[in-house]
Amino acid sequence: MSRLTDANVALAREIIARYPRPKSALIPLVHLSQEQNGYVTEEAMRHVAELVSTDQVTVTPAEVLGTASFYEMFRFEPTGKFLVNICGTLSCALMGAEELMHHAEHKLGIKAGSTTADGMFTLQHAECQAACTEAPCLQVNYRHQYRVTPDELDTLLDELRAGRLDGDIPPHGTLGRVRQSIPTDKAVGAVPPEDVTEAPAWIEVTQ
Amino acid sequence: MAVVSPYPWAPGYYDDGDRPQIVTSRFKYDDSYTLDRYHATGGYEGLRKALTMTPADVADEVKKSTLLGRGGAGFPAGTKWGFTPAGVWPRYLVVNGDESEPGTYKDRLLMELDPHQLIEGCLIACYAAGLSQCFLYVRGEMALAHERIATALNEAYAAGYVGKNILGTNFSVDVVFHWGAGAYVVGEETALIESLEGERGMPRLKPPYFPAAVGLYGQPTIVNNVETLSNLPFIAREGSAAFTAVGTETSPGTRMIAVSGHVARPGVYEIVNGSTTFRDLIYGDEFCQGIRNGRELKAFVPGGGSAPWWLPDQLDIPFEGRAAGAAGSMLGSGAVMVMDDTTDIPAMALTLVKFYAHESCGKCVPCREGGTWLYRIVERIVAGEGTDEDLATILEVGESICPGEMPHASSARLGLDAVPFPYKMTTICFVGPSAYVPIHSALTLFPEDFAARVTKREVRAKIPVLAVAAD
Repeated sequence: MSRLTDANVALAREIIARYPRPKSALIPLVHLSQEQNGYVTEEAMRHVAELVSTDQVTVTPAEVLGTASFYEMFRFEPTGKFLVNICGTLSCALMGAEELMHHAEHKLGIKAGSTTADGMFTLQHAECQAACTEAPCLQVNYRHQYRVTPDELDTLLDELRAGRLDGDIPPHGTLGRVRQSIPTDKAVGAVPPEDVTEAPAWIEVTQ
Repeated sequence: MAVVSPYPWAPGYYDDGDRPQIVTSRFKYDDSYTLDRYHATGGYEGLRKALTMTPADVADEVKKSTLLGRGGAGFPAGTKWGFTPAGVWPRYLVVNGDESEPGTYKDRLLMELDPHQLIEGCLIACYAAGLSQCFLYVRGEMALAHERIATALNEAYAAGYVGKNILGTNFSVDVVFHWGAGAYVVGEETALIESLEGERGMPRLKPPYFPAAVGLYGQPTIVNNVETLSNLPFIAREGSAAFTAVGTETSPGTRMIAVSGHVARPGVYEIVNGSTTFRDLIYGDEFCQGIRNGRELKAFVPGGGSAPWWLPDQLDIPFEGRAAGAAGSMLGSGAVMVMDDTTDIPAMALTLVKFYAHESCGKCVPCREGGTWLYRIVERIVAGEGTDEDLATILEVGESICPGEMPHASSARLGLDAVPFPYKMTTICFVGPSAYVPIHSALTLFPEDFAARVTKREVRAKIPVLAVAAD
């Protein structure tokens, strides 16, 4: 069951309708599939290809993979419930990122790049997370943790494993828990660029 | 333990009313990101005022403010808008919220703490430049920013600030939240557009140089940084004169600067542009309060991971583009990374070389191959397995990415004169050169740190080659 559910298909159509060309929705839709399944499956990519294809333009599953495989966040194999990304770029390196990573590897009993046997944690080296003044930092499912000490990391991992942070950190794949929703009576609507020839209404063209 | 800890430097800092606050004025409130707070603090008044003016007059006001782009290149925003070709429609606005330059931390704050300010800025830009749809591209790895922006957009639509017939006028524009999926190179504006079209985020060949001429779907497209757009509500509300009253003539207004690394009080500070110096920022009581634990400054990166490094000799340079360029570096994206005298220079340079090698999109050979090669060599040196020959190879590989003289700082200690920024490059975008810049800086400014690290070795006996007939 890794095609998008009916509810997600409805959401996907809403997202596609916001763009002048449907293919622009490709990345958001692959995110949606990762949110549903925890990682990006082949069946989901086939489904995304169907959804963004039009009568004029066919997008193949290979094109979906072609785009998706370029981006760091898409994972093509089962991933832990919690993806722990420890930053190792300059600002964090200056403040002890390497020690933090060693500590995490020992605590979880896995090397960076792998997943614990119980499927709870995937540990990764990450690049700059835009929290450089709060080094060393890490993200759990793309939620930041600032100025993390080894002891705090232990506590964090214990709390996550015990499910005590489930209310704050949704499982891997879910990004923002609030979605944009454009009311139909307020939407201007997306128009293919070739169908627009005139200046927008508020622009006076003198010529 | 708190899941999202508060911003540790913030208590007190943003309360201080004496400092000009153009973009961070609401950071002192716990509910800074809500529409109620925005309304209570002058929110959407800039838009209301703009809508009473003609679009051309609004554009003119922005041009007069000389607002410089805050994404890294520092190009005047009003001038950029003027590059759209006459009579070609539709035109789009793409907001660059893909902040990921090492050391840079400001756009995420603006998106998380004051999303309405950004949305209002987008609307003013669309009105002034005749842009009929706006795509707000937010870096994928910022879940909180996604939630805050989506919430703010939903509020703004409901209140009639976004969508059809905004505030009862004939100005209509959709602002669409779009999210990336993790790729540094997508911060380059043509790569951002590729990504928004559902493609691999690779920079486009130039010319055309500006997406303002040929951008999203081949149409004129303005790409502006989050901080740049966040300045527009102030300019529209208070006028360009109030904006240029802060800062200097060539660098008006303020800038948000993230200072990280070995300072006593790392943080994101809104400073007066043009006149504030690096010494003020790193040593000033109101900012970073000096080097941690009373240590000495060894070196600092003045403008994000792509910028050539500076020494304590350069502390008195102000945040002004031309001064920075003449001293061999750039202000870039407002990211200062500070290293004290305990720093392992080769190991720290390695983290940046690794970053850019990892983030190469693979389109240009000098970057794809050269970046990775540089990474392997520096990694070997840091591991204690490098040789003299490796140091020469670094320069040789660098020459193929950035031919000719590389910019660098002056150093009284080494008897070096500054070579001005920028460099020549053999790649489409700056990712390739950026892999070389940090290692070139480190090697030029701290040769002794590398000499101590490499094991000396005789140059290998030349591998036999086929004899070439003498002429």
